[in-house]
Amino acid sequence: MENKGLNKVDLIFEKVDPKEVLTKAYKMSREQIIQDILDSGLKGRGGAGFPTGLKWKYTAAEKEPEKYIVCNADEGEPGTFKDREILDRAAYKVYGGMAIAGKAIGAGKGVVYLRGEYRFLLPQLMIELEKFHKMIKEIGYDFKINYCLGSGAYICGEESALFESVEGGRGEPRNKPPYPTTSGIFGKPTSINNVETLVTAMMIIKHGPASYSQLGTKDSRGSKVFSISGDTPTPGIFELELGMSVLEFVKEFGDGDTKAVQVGGASGFCVPRKKFASTVIGFEGVPTGGSMKLFNSSRSMYNVLHNYLDFFAEESCGQCTPCRVGCQQLLKGVEKVKKGEVKSTYLNELLKLADTMKVAAKCGLGQSVGNAFRTIVENFREEIIY
Amino acid sequence: MYQVGNLVKELSDKHGREKESLMPILQGIVERHNYLTDEAMVEVAKELDISAAEVYGTASFYTFLDTQVRGKYVIRVCKTITCSMKGKGEIIQTLEDMLKIKVGETTSDRMFSLIETNCIGWCHKAPAILINEMPYTELSPEKVVEIIKGYMQKK
Repeated sequence: MENKGLNKVDLIFEKVDPKEVLTKAYKMSREQIIQDILDSGLKGRGGAGFPTGLKWKYTAAEKEPEKYIVCNADEGEPGTFKDREILDRAAYKVYGGMAIAGKAIGAGKGVVYLRGEYRFLLPQLMIELEKFHKMIKEIGYDFKINYCLGSGAYICGEESALFESVEGGRGEPRNKPPYPTTSGIFGKPTSINNVETLVTAMMIIKHGPASYSQLGTKDSRGSKVFSISGDTPTPGIFELELGMSVLEFVKEFGDGDTKAVQVGGASGFCVPRKKFASTVIGFEGVPTGGSMKLFNSSRSMYNVLHNYLDFFAEESCGQCTPCRVGCQQLLKGVEKVKKGEVKSTYLNELLKLADTMKVAAKCGLGQSVGNAFRTIVENFREEIIY
Repeated sequence: MYQVGNLVKELSDKHGREKESLMPILQGIVERHNYLTDEAMVEVAKELDISAAEVYGTASFYTFLDTQVRGKYVIRVCKTITCSMKGKGEIIQTLEDMLKIKVGETTSDRMFSLIETNCIGWCHKAPAILINEMPYTELSPEKVVEIIKGYMQKK
């Protein structure tokens, strides 16, 4: 496996002249923009990692004249706070990425779906939006961005649940297909991209796809903003080149006593100390939307798992049975094991349940509960039982 | 209880009367009155010409669109892992002692509600709380006392 080591990068927060980049994009053809993004190898930065260029290409191919660009700013994954920081420090680049995407797919409307927890940012964001609208009009863009606010539902970060919410309904995920590129907001073709993805796309247009794809590995091109928290002397936001091992990460950010790193938040994977060296952070190893939580030896992994399961049991939308019942049963199950009410082998039954949820749940929430469950139970079984 | 009066009409004029206006209208009512009463939701249904069940369906899905009585200042304490590791318990204890209510309750003068919430995106500055929309981070019991005193003086 390729290993790039730990390298700091400054792309997302780099100061740029938005007018210059947007003028450049305005002069490019739609196909050229999409080709640049495809060539860069950029994958979605929200966590799922779908190739951004493909998403734009599919949406661009739709004949329907009314299309949407959605910026997913419903950052709810435990341990991630990079999108708030990006919106706070570089909103103009988020808007810039949206306008470029709009041009590429042929959309005149953009929607930023901002989680309710970040509402305090809105007044400042609106001031910057007004400036932005004025600037792109001068260049010649016919593109307008609106805000939709969430109201405290993790599931609304799931793309189709987000559309339901924008339309005024309960944030319950839809069946797929049809995919958003064909049928998104109000049934119109929609490209929905994460905050960081949009900023990255703008920087790719500025610097060119060749220089961007120099960064990272074959499977994980580029750099990424990491949200680092937990037992670390340096919690915060760091932009790093993709392709480092967990060991290199822990050497830089650990407190010297790190026993596990949860990569990708509650829906991600737990990497124990013995696997630090052999695990690469990226799509070839453990993927992440940016959430990196470090735990030292004073922490009980039972408490960590219990906290995550409690989170999912509350945040499951309740629409499909595998997730609604599964989350509750996993939570009750580990409690019973801990109290000694059932034999420890009951954990094996719970692992089977987590696997069932992976195949049977309707959306990414239910499907990914098993990630943390399996990796914590398998690596820290004794902590769950005793 | 509060009288919703002209607010629903004002909000509908501002945001429109399509189904997609429902969230901003409900958010607007909560911003003014802290929670949604049955009467307010029925009023919204009439204004948007949709069923009251549909309004309640949306409202009840979202944790920030409270359908039970809430105080003027809703304190949401983050209970997700990092905040929980970094002293959430002490923060809750301090707030309970100071406000003389338990988690989930509202003070009798309807000034404060104390609830727990899931990750609010301040893990690097844990523990964190939201008071209405304002985040307060890197808290200690002493800091919390100061913050709440500030709100008490606002009244």
